[in-house]
Order: sequence, then C-alpha cells, then structure tokens
Amino acid sequence: MKSEPAINNKPLNIEVNLDDKLFLNRWKPDEDSHLAIIDPSVCAGKCPGKDCTVFCPAKVYEWRNGRMTIGYEGCLECGACRIACPHGNIRWRYPRGGYGVQFRLA
Amino acid sequence: MPDKFDAIVVGAGAAGLAAAYKMAGEGLSVVVIERGDYPGAKNVMGGVLYRSAMEELIPEFWKEAPLQRPVVEQRFWLMDSQSAVTTSYKAQEWAREPYNCFTVFRGQFDQWFARKCAEAGAIIINETLVESCIVENGRVVGVRTNRPEGDLYANVVVLADGVNSMLSKQLGFHKEWEPRQVALAVMEELKLPSEVIEERFNLDPGMGATIEIYGDSTLGMVGTAFIYTNKEHISIGVGALLSQIRQRKVRPYELLEYLKSHPMVRPLIKNGKPVEYYAHLIPEGGYNAVPQLVGNGVVVVGDAAQLVNGIHREGSNLAVTSGRLAAEAIIRAHKMGAFTARELSTYEENLRNSFVMKDLKKYKNASHLLETNPQYLNEYIPFTNMALHEMLTVDGISKWQKQKTIKERVLQQRSLFSLGKDLYKAWKAVK
Ligand SMILES: Cc1cc2nc3c(=O)[nH]c(=O)nc-3n(C[C@H](O)[C@H](O)[C@H](O)COP(=O)(O)OP(=O)(O)OC[C@H]3O[C@@H](n4cnc5c(N)ncnc54)[C@H](O)[C@@H]3O)c2cc1C
Ligand code: SF4
Ligand code: SF4
Repeated sequence: MKSEPAINNKPLNIEVNLDDKLFLNRWKPDEDSHLAIIDPSVCAGKCPGKDCTVFCPAKVYEWRNGRMTIGYEGCLECGACRIACPHGNIRWRYPRGGYGVQFRLA
Repeated sequence: MPDKFDAIVVGAGAAGLAAAYKMAGEGLSVVVIERGDYPGAKNVMGGVLYRSAMEELIPEFWKEAPLQRPVVEQRFWLMDSQSAVTTSYKAQEWAREPYNCFTVFRGQFDQWFARKCAEAGAIIINETLVESCIVENGRVVGVRTNRPEGDLYANVVVLADGVNSMLSKQLGFHKEWEPRQVALAVMEELKLPSEVIEERFNLDPGMGATIEIYGDSTLGMVGTAFIYTNKEHISIGVGALLSQIRQRKVRPYELLEYLKSHPMVRPLIKNGKPVEYYAHLIPEGGYNAVPQLVGNGVVVVGDAAQLVNGIHREGSNLAVTSGRLAAEAIIRAHKMGAFTARELSTYEENLRNSFVMKDLKKYKNASHLLETNPQYLNEYIPFTNMALHEMLTVDGISKWQKQKTIKERVLQQRSLFSLGKDLYKAWKAVK
C-alpha cells in the first residue's frame, strides 16, 4: 500500500490574464472588505506556502513586501480560502446583502 | 408585512425555492431571504437540471421555465494529455416530452422559480444577508438580517444557504468542512452562435449535449471537467477536491486554461468569446458528511446539508427534493401546531427513504476511494489510452506483439495482484 497518495505534478506552463476574466463579471463592491487576515504574523512566520495566494480562483490574496494584500473587490465568494487556509487565519464573511459579484448566466 | 411568518427560508436557490413553493402553495405564510441582487445572482451550476425532481413540484414546468437545451446526449471522456478514450449515450426519447434533463442558467432559472413562489403567495426579499438565527430557549425562532430593524420571526426557519452553510455551522449542526469535503470549481461561459454549437456537437436544432471529462483534465486530482451546451453559450469548467488543489499548488484559472487548450477540447470551443467567469464550491463529503438536519424550529436542505451525488454530478435534484420533503414536514407540523425537532423529524425520515440518502449511501466510499487511490485517475486512464493507441495504430507490428507490449508496460507500474485488488475495490465502492 502506498501511504501518501501521489499526485501528478506536471507543470502547467500556462499564462492567464485573470484580470481580463474578472473584468467580464458584474460587480457591486462594498466600501469595506468582507475578508480579513486574523493574525498577520501567522502569514509572515508560519505559512511558508502562502497557499491562499495560489488556490484562490480570483487571486484576491497577494503577498507584497511582507504583507498580505486583499483585493476583496474581485472576490467570487466561493469560500475556499476560509476552508483551506491551513491556519484558519481568514475571517470570512459574505459581503453585505446586494453587494459583491452578481452573476447573470451560469 | 406580518411580524411573524409560518416559515422563513434563507437562500433563494434550488432547495430554498422548492421549499417555499410547496409551503406557499399550501397556504402557509412564507418569506424567502436572498443575499444576491436577485435569485440566482450568486449561483453557479453549469449546469444540468433534472426534470423529475422539478416536475414533482411544478408539472410540465419545461413549458414555461427559461431553459437552455434538453440534453439528448451524454458523453464521457477518459483523457490523457494528447488523447482521450470516449464513450457516449444518445437517446431520441430525451429529445421529446417529458425529457430527462436540461441545461439551464441559474441566473435566469432561479428568477423564474422565485416568481412562481411569489405567485403562490411567498414574499421574496433580495439584497439581504441573514447574519444569524435568533435562538430562544433552545429553539430557533427567527433570523437576524443586515438591515436596520431586520429581525424576522417564524415558527420554522429553513436553512437553504448553500454549500458554505454558515448558519447551520453557527448552530453547531456541523463543524467547518474539511478541504477534502468540498470541491473547488471554476467555470466560464463562452458565446458562440447556436448553429455552430449544433454543428460541432452533432445536434438537432435546440437539442443539447454534455461531456464529463476525467483524468488529465484535473491532472489526476479527484474531480471532473465538463462541457455543456447552452443555446448560444458553452459552459466549460473544471473542479477538484480543494485539499488536492491546495496540495498540488494549482491555480484554478490555469487549470481551466489548460483544459481549454487541450487538443480534444480546443476545436469544440474555437472562437468562443468568454462572457462570464465563476468559482463555486461543490459539496463532496457525501453520506458521512451529512450534518444534523433538524432542530427545534429549524431544518437544513440542499448543499447546506452536503446533499450532492458527486459521482453522477447530481445536486440540483437533491436540493429540490430535500426542499420539498422539508416543506411537507413543516406543513404537517403546522397542522399539529408544534415545531420541535420531534415534529420536524419526518423530514429526515422521508429524506432517508428517498433516492437522496439512498444514493449518497450507495456511493459513500467512492470519492474516498479515488482520493486515497490516485492510480484510478492517474495510471488507469493513461493505460487505457495507451492500450487503444497501441491496438489502433497500424504499423506492421502484429497484434500479438502489441498486446504483449501493453501488458508489459502496465505491469511495469502495477502488479497483477494490485490490478485485481483495485478492480475489486472499485466494484465494491459502486456495487
Ligand atoms: C460548477 C458547478 C457545476 C454544477 N453542475 C451541476 C449539474 O450539472 N447538475 C446538478 O444537478 N448540480 C450541479 N451542481 C450542484 C448544484 O449547483 C447545487 O447542488 C445546487 O445549486 C444546490 O442548491 P441549493 O439551493 O442547496 O444551494 P444554492 O443554489 O447555492 O443556493 C443557496 C442560496 O442561498 C443564498 N444565501 C447563502 N447564504 C445566505 C445568507 N446568509 N442570507 C441570504 N441568502 C443567502 C445564496 O445567495 C444562494 O442564492 C454544480 C455545482 C457547481 C458549483
Ligand atoms: S494561507 Fe492562511 S496563513 Fe497562509 S498566508 Fe494565506 S491567510 Fe495567511
Ligand atoms: S472566497 Fe474564494 S474568491 Fe473570495 S477570496 Fe476566498 S478563495 Fe478567493
């Protein structure tokens, strides 16, 4: 029996202009962020992978000059970061009623 | 507006609207609270809506609901990086009433469904977030919204708030989902003329097809990619367990682009103009993740209760059915005039006796099997591609020799014993 399941690690080598994608959607951004980092020192000191900057489908989190920036205006409200931050370090809420992304199709 | 309702429904998705429609139709006073600008504004499906569950609520709904295409063909691809083994089932019965399933846009369908609820007497309140349930003496008695003086009261609150399920978590019905209990999916709509879609997918006018893609489309992670035909759009998306996306360090939009550039996919979507981009979670915890469903004055339905059959990409029908069964239990409780967990437990009983829990139970080990045995997606799909490639490439080598090569190449990676064991495990997981 194999212990740790192996996964295919082939590199994707793909360039995506995510801003072009996000630009297609209809947004009603609120003035205040519905997302926040609970303890910035955890991101800086305990989270070498900075996973949220990778798996977030809207690239809301970016690590810049030793701090996390949160582009909450482009959040697709999926909830992945709340569940998958390995340190439970994200205070996650939905935007206020009527704010945030508003899908037309799907 | 009354200061107390018979029922409050949180979330105008498939599950919540089904519950509201049924209760309002029986004369209960019902209010539905939705955080989006309109019902469907936050909902993502792709997506295939099944006829039978909807029809139990609204007979012949297809005559008036905004649908995209009846699905007449379902294709399945086992994909490797440069090839795919494909199979499909196409049926003319599916092209006629009463149909089997339809592609829909939830952004349109949910608005229609909410209008039906309003016609039946329910009140729909949009642009309003429910922040918590109001609990008094161990009973849910209402909800607190983000509006000024936004408390609402009811005999029963139906939690239909979708996969993130913040409200039943607050009530302690379940813990935060683990990353392996949800899949993260991204999707795009691509615009194309309807004749082009029909030609590329070999469809009669107005008819639709679906493709589910396994293997390289998720880099062997547990999940699927999908392509669905709408009237003038193609939905293309990919999803995999959040735990594996995190472990594999995948950027979801790059995975989507990888899929779009695959040689099997590229010609189908050529010149399709992207018009919208989505991300959403899908419950994947299955039977073992279903939380507490009933409390005093409260029930949980749909994605909020993890009611998705991932193996068959069925979610909307489980949502609609759970909403309807919850409504029936509430109507019964209403007649008795009591709304504790005891009266409402008929919902849970009926759900267990329905296809919803029976199917979840049948497949309760399937997703876990794939997760802990990546060879199914990572090795066997490439093996199948390789075997067909060998047998079908005509190059003067005898078929005997080719069979020998195939066998040797498979056995280089897997012993006969482990192949047999895997076959048995797979059979057990779906039997
Ligand atoms: C990419 C993708 C593809 C899918 N494809 C299919 C498919 O082909 N076939 C299929 O049957 N299923 C499919 N599913 C699953 C299906 O979409 C879901 O199972 C179904 O939508 C669940 O319905 P629901 O009503 O429980 O939740 P949702 O449809 O998510 O509705 C929840 C509603 O609650 C609202 N809400 C949440 N919290 C609050 C709050 N606090 N206050 C007010 N409102 C709130 C939300 O805005 C939303 O409108 C797919 C899912 C995804 C993500
Ligand atoms: S994954 Fe969590 S802990 Fe790590 S950087 Fe992101 S928010 Fe911080
Ligand atoms: S909810 Fe989804 S889109 Fe929004 S920040 Fe978290 S992971 Fe990114």
